[in-house]
Amino acid sequence: MSPVFYLIAVITVGGALAAVLLKSVVHSALAVTGAFAGLALMFLSLDAQFAGFAQILIYIGAVAILVVFAILLTQGSEILTDAVFSRTWLAGFVIAAAVFAALGWAVLQSAPVLPNVSAVPAVTVHDIGVALVGRYVLPLEIIALLLTAATIGAVIVAMHEKEAAK
Amino acid sequence: MIEKMDQIFVLLLHWLVSYLPASLQAAASTLLSVVVIVCLFPALFAFAVWMERKGLGRIQNRLGPNRVGPFGLFQPIADGIKSLTKEDVVPLIADAPIHFLAPVVLVVAVFMGFAVLPMGRNMVLVDMDAGLLFYFAMGATTEVSVFMAGWSSRNKYSLLGGMRAIAQMISYEVVLLLSSVSVVMIAGTLSLPKIVEAQNHYTWGLPHWYIFTPWGLAGFVMFAIAATAETNRSPFDLPEGESELVAGYFTEYSGFKFALFFLGEYLAMFSISGIATTLFLGGWSAPFSFLTWIPSWIWFFAKLEMFIIVFIWMRGTLPRLRQDQLMNFAWKFVLPFTLLNLFVTALWRFMGEGWERWVFCSAILLAAYVVMGRVGMNRENFRPRSYRYAE
Repeated sequence: MSPVFYLIAVITVGGALAAVLLKSVVHSALAVTGAFAGLALMFLSLDAQFAGFAQILIYIGAVAILVVFAILLTQGSEILTDAVFSRTWLAGFVIAAAVFAALGWAVLQSAPVLPNVSAVPAVTVHDIGVALVGRYVLPLEIIALLLTAATIGAVIVAMHEKEAAK
Repeated sequence: MIEKMDQIFVLLLHWLVSYLPASLQAAASTLLSVVVIVCLFPALFAFAVWMERKGLGRIQNRLGPNRVGPFGLFQPIADGIKSLTKEDVVPLIADAPIHFLAPVVLVVAVFMGFAVLPMGRNMVLVDMDAGLLFYFAMGATTEVSVFMAGWSSRNKYSLLGGMRAIAQMISYEVVLLLSSVSVVMIAGTLSLPKIVEAQNHYTWGLPHWYIFTPWGLAGFVMFAIAATAETNRSPFDLPEGESELVAGYFTEYSGFKFALFFLGEYLAMFSISGIATTLFLGGWSAPFSFLTWIPSWIWFFAKLEMFIIVFIWMRGTLPRLRQDQLMNFAWKFVLPFTLLNLFVTALWRFMGEGWERWVFCSAILLAAYVVMGRVGMNRENFRPRSYRYAE
């Protein structure tokens, strides 16, 4: 574990904690953007260029912007006056811990199964592209269908509201 | 000699670095290149501002700046001193940390984009395998800074400007990405130096730039429209429309922070011009095979400068769009046309060499352009306008 790893870990975990603990919703959104950036840096430090840049492009460029847009268009950006912890925080904590445990268990179990590679595999963007439209073409198509359905659904929701307004 | 002139900056760098111990050489050469980029483009910014003010002046039948230095050339220096010495006002209710971070994030993200631009033969800071993706990732980050600026100022004009800017940038970013995807489809790589290399061939003395193909021309026009909108330049400068929003998302910025926003806007303009040059205009390659003796970096910067001049020309000529016109244009014309262009590009790729693909692809694009334009015109229902309160 290099010092770079710890630096990135501090950014990511700090951003995620700030997102949960800050009182202003917009501050939380910006903090979670920082956590996304930390994750992207983590991918880059593991030599996964494509994943890292896609993380920045999609999570910072689209998801974070969508989140702040949703905040601004709905309840405004007032600062919470009461406590940040909701009444059901214990249940939430248990669920989060269970998910973390399941994921951690899966990762730890998979380690001995994988071939022990000493050298970093050189995966180019070209390889990723070939894999996407070759071996993984079915998942890709299913995701594409899902996204198209979501887009059409969004358009229908928007259209409906317009007719009701008249 | 020609070879030497072409590689002069690369050789200069090697010569300078060679005085250092071997362990430091790699780091020093990167650092030196970064320093050159960080100095060169703000210098170009100063020159572009002077050119813009002078050019707009001539378009509007004025003289433009003409007091400081010959032809007002030292005007940017005076402006820089002015913005450095001005008071830095932060509104009392503003969110001070975010208000401070916004211009910093903007300038850093914009500067990062230059890292992958090939500015000449062998003149690229980082030759990344996914260079184009890196560029767009950095471009997407600027949206966050625009939001930060608009929201943290706690001012309705700033917030409206920020919202407009984000809506506009997201809409046109889709077009920007999709129109460059067609280049990636033909070149088969995301690395910018390799894209330039793929265009650097000549037939009968004419270059194989992608703009000289039907899909390339359509893609270039769409890319140029989207690039103008991404950089918030006129006629897409609604986020900072002076007549409506004072200055949009940077209304509450003064002094050097304002200068940083100004710098960020121009640097974004340079880098996106550089990307357009690289993708469609052959990057640093010469326009004719008999002109290849002129150094490659001259060609790159000449093309970049040409883009800047067109940007200034457009700003002086075209009126600003309305918000609904902007959105309709993006989603109902530019985006469908870009999607169609993707199919045409695939067709071009698989029809093989020969004249058929030229005729076929041009016909599809022309027909789509005419039909979509006509349908859009009919839907708009243009008639003589009557204004309720004016008559």
